[in-house]
Amino acid sequence: MFTLQTIRKDFPALAQKVYGKPLIYFDNAATTQKPTPVIAIVNEMNSLTNGNIHRAFHYLGNICTERYEEARETVRAFLNAPITEEIIFTSGTTAAINTVAFSFGERFVRANDEIVLTEAEHHSNIVPWQMLCNRKGAILKVLPINDDGSLSVKKLHQYLSKKTKLLCITQASNVLGVINPIKDIVAIAHAYGVPVLVDGAQGAAHGGIDIQDTHCDFYVFSGHKIYGPTGTGVLYGKQKLLNEMPPYQSGGEMIASVTFEQTTYAGLPLKFEAGTPNFTGVCGLKKAIDYVQELGWAHIKEQEEKLVCHAMQRLQEIDGLHIYGTTTPKTSLVSFNIDGIHPTDAAQLLDKMGIAARSGHLCADPLMHRFNVQGMLRFSFSFYNTTEEIDTAVDALKKIKQLLH
Amino acid sequence: MQIADLAQQIIDEFALFPDWMDKYEHLIELGKSLPPFDEKNKTEPHLIQGCQSRVWLNAAYEDGKIMFTADSDAIITKGIVSLLVRVFSGQPPQAIIDANLDFIEQIGLKENLSPTRSNGLLAMVKQMKMYALVFLNKQP
Ligand SMILES: Cc1ncc(COP(=O)(O)O)c(C=O)c1O
Repeated sequence: MFTLQTIRKDFPALAQKVYGKPLIYFDNAATTQKPTPVIAIVNEMNSLTNGNIHRAFHYLGNICTERYEEARETVRAFLNAPITEEIIFTSGTTAAINTVAFSFGERFVRANDEIVLTEAEHHSNIVPWQMLCNRKGAILKVLPINDDGSLSVKKLHQYLSKKTKLLCITQASNVLGVINPIKDIVAIAHAYGVPVLVDGAQGAAHGGIDIQDTHCDFYVFSGHKIYGPTGTGVLYGKQKLLNEMPPYQSGGEMIASVTFEQTTYAGLPLKFEAGTPNFTGVCGLKKAIDYVQELGWAHIKEQEEKLVCHAMQRLQEIDGLHIYGTTTPKTSLVSFNIDGIHPTDAAQLLDKMGIAARSGHLCADPLMHRFNVQGMLRFSFSFYNTTEEIDTAVDALKKIKQLLH
Repeated sequence: MQIADLAQQIIDEFALFPDWMDKYEHLIELGKSLPPFDEKNKTEPHLIQGCQSRVWLNAAYEDGKIMFTADSDAIITKGIVSLLVRVFSGQPPQAIIDANLDFIEQIGLKENLSPTRSNGLLAMVKQMKMYALVFLNKQP
């Protein structure tokens, strides 16, 4: 059996003090801490088992290649993707989205075509599409959200048409926590013949996705937000689409043969993995996925639901506190403002009390405009957080409120 | 008073508060008592792009001295803004250009002027020095 105490021991970062106070880490939506198996494999590969993959015949190169390809299979199984070659390793969500924006865009998007996204997207799922539209003379259409953070799925019908080339939508909002009904959305989009890219940056650590159940065409996520190393990420794409798309970056690894007259590309997945990938990090990502799967999604969801409910309840005690994203289901985060208090002031004082929270536009300016605020404060929890930490943070907020008024 | 003396005054003042909480409380009080900033000047040209909290700065040149007024929508930032105004306002351009900001570090608020804090304060200091350069070059 896992207990909270044994789980916390797996994450050395949680035991540290900041400014002489025990760290309370509530910025898990930005990045998660790493468990010891992840740290151990990365250390081991940096200190011993280090050989470049896919090209060497020697012992170390072989082991690294095996581990890297094993990681690909782990990710495939995690997402329940049908084909291992559909899993492409990238440096993160942002890199994965840019790959699709370029390659899919080159192949499929022309002047006056439309790309549809939602108002609740992270900048990483906005700007690459904006740039694509600027390059091609295509048009960006934005599906608004409701006041409680939910999407009116039916409204999609007004936004999709023959002109739509792609629908880009986050699985869960990094600001509101709201989890979108991806399966229903994909079904509607597919009825219009529109493929769907799902930004899984905030979804991966809370259960990931079942590709064969939801039928989404692209799914992207970052390793560092699911307890893995930074600089790792995944692009899942349907084989048929990936085969039709041109490579994004070019160089070593992604070629079949090169002469100065012509280069033929390697097949999937290497076609999209130019250069030496972060194979050490990817092996760490495998360990991270193994770790959360061993813990079990049921356990993780139960614990995280308990935390977010407790936080929503306790935060209501504070006069003038407004929570954004009140619909369910939501991931384990809560964003809010307190009347008359600038989120930066509160975050700064929380920091001094050992509490790592997030403040500002949370990489989602359009959402800030939507709610007519300069910024928000965000607590985002992981299964390793405790209700006692939340109590401490709420008490800290009460103190801060007194101090600032 | 010269910049160095004003800075020393602030260091002495903050030395009275050994606890960080009291220091911040003092800073917040200073922020609240910053002379009001003309709402008319809360415009784009006076806004310092600082990411999270907004900082406005205005400068006038009178008798060889620069008079600064400033404001922020975040109160802790405003507290530090008030320190910078207190030290730099009423000083000749050359003194502002030459000044260092060690005193912020010495009173234990260094992190507020670090490039990782996107509170606009570092940009504000740069802007104050820019004003000083411009006014210096305008001198006969
Ligand atoms: C919803 C969402 N999309 C994309 C990203 C970008 O992820 P990364 O910075 O790891 O590329 C984030 C990270 O905050 C996110 O929350």
